[in-house]
Amino acid sequence: MDLQRFERNKQLAQSLKGGVIMDVTNPEQAKIAEAAGAVAVMALERVPSDIRKQGGVARMSDPKMIKGIQEAVSIPVMAKARIGHIAEAQILEALGIDYIDESEVLTPADDAYHLNKFDFKVPFVCGARNIGEALRRIGEGASMIRTKGEAGTGNVVEAVRHMRTVMADIRRLQNMPAEELMTFAKDNGAPYDLVVEVAKTGKLPVVNFAAGGIATPADAALMMQLGSEGIFVGSGIFKSSNPEKMARAIVKATAYYNDPDVLAEVSEGLGEAMRGIELSEIAPEDRMAQRGW
Amino acid sequence: MKPVTIGVLSYQGTVIEHIKALSQLEGVTPMEVKTLPALQEVDGLILPGGESTTIAKLLNIFGLMEPLRQRILDGMPVWGTCAGEILLAGEILGEQPHLGVMDFAVRRNAYGRQIDSFTQYAPIQGISETPVELVFIRAPWIESVGEKAQVICRVNGHAVAARQDNMLATSFHPEFTRDLTVHRWFARQVEQHKYQ
Repeated sequence: MDLQRFERNKQLAQSLKGGVIMDVTNPEQAKIAEAAGAVAVMALERVPSDIRKQGGVARMSDPKMIKGIQEAVSIPVMAKARIGHIAEAQILEALGIDYIDESEVLTPADDAYHLNKFDFKVPFVCGARNIGEALRRIGEGASMIRTKGEAGTGNVVEAVRHMRTVMADIRRLQNMPAEELMTFAKDNGAPYDLVVEVAKTGKLPVVNFAAGGIATPADAALMMQLGSEGIFVGSGIFKSSNPEKMARAIVKATAYYNDPDVLAEVSEGLGEAMRGIELSEIAPEDRMAQRGW
Repeated sequence: MKPVTIGVLSYQGTVIEHIKALSQLEGVTPMEVKTLPALQEVDGLILPGGESTTIAKLLNIFGLMEPLRQRILDGMPVWGTCAGEILLAGEILGEQPHLGVMDFAVRRNAYGRQIDSFTQYAPIQGISETPVELVFIRAPWIESVGEKAQVICRVNGHAVAARQDNMLATSFHPEFTRDLTVHRWFARQVEQHKYQ
């Protein structure tokens, strides 16, 4: 990935701003997502809540299933590769996927290193819990960041924590005198040049979406109000009792996140949201957000 | 320049990029537009880059599609970039048109997938004789053009910008570059229309 391509990859993420990216497991779901107004779909074999329930090793999806989804819709198609799995990412690039999510939702393939995303032409989105993690991923070539949250729980609390942490770090950096930036970089394990850039601009160098536990239109609006630039919904749509209606409602709530009248209207009569999990019920070693280095 | 208010349809997409570009122009007050009162207030409107299906969906759901079409037909200057070009097109290959106000047919994702996105330099007839930076992100092109519209930019043999009366459509995203040429040109069109 040369610098010009890195720019264009960041720009695709910019065009997705204010939109909702939905997890889909087959072409029918992809069409429902597109018809509901999704800006992109994430093709995967099992949504995170099923991965959590069924256990086992979660890997990249079958290329045949990904191709089926690519043929079904005209919006961008994303897919997940395991953390550090160079070959899975190469396969997804060969399929002409529009964005690769190097995702903690899948079982990591490497327990020390992430992908060098500059080795690829295709853009990458990566999860982050704090600014150090976000800037390490960008330093490796990610052109889009999302909060990790805690995928498959339908519980927004971790996404809120991660978004608030990143935003607080940015505000702190903006007020920091130049001589403190190097120590900040050291303490947070972040590339120094990117720390300097954030301190100067007051924002991450790439688009930052919210993900991991968003289950209702109100959750989406909350994340947007906290500074998120768009929304990933995983299990929240196709694990609800009325996916079409839920999908449309989350799209509307994301676009009108600061209009309570619209939010009240779209939240009405959606049926049951996905059944959530209280975070204390999940053992620390089972938390997906812990994956990533 | 005399004062004008230029709106950016702000459901989704490259809204902030357009607002930032507009805010660098003297006399221009940029404004986000996603309600009817806001739409009635602006002197001109930009339809940003993004996903045209998403933006069209929201225009329909929130009842802005018809009022917007009417304002355009009444002469309000409008400029669509990428997804915005698709919204303006009279025909979309394989799909129903949205605003359908410009006399050309557009092909979505004409260049392929993200890996095929690219940057080029070319002049834009009537706007800039010197080549300007053109950024194409999963871009559409203009497949064929009717009598009322005029192609004003070509790249690699494909039409990528067109004008028709008060309307401008570009397959590329000037809002992603530092070059304000097209924004400045559009602001002048808005000024002329307002103070004619």
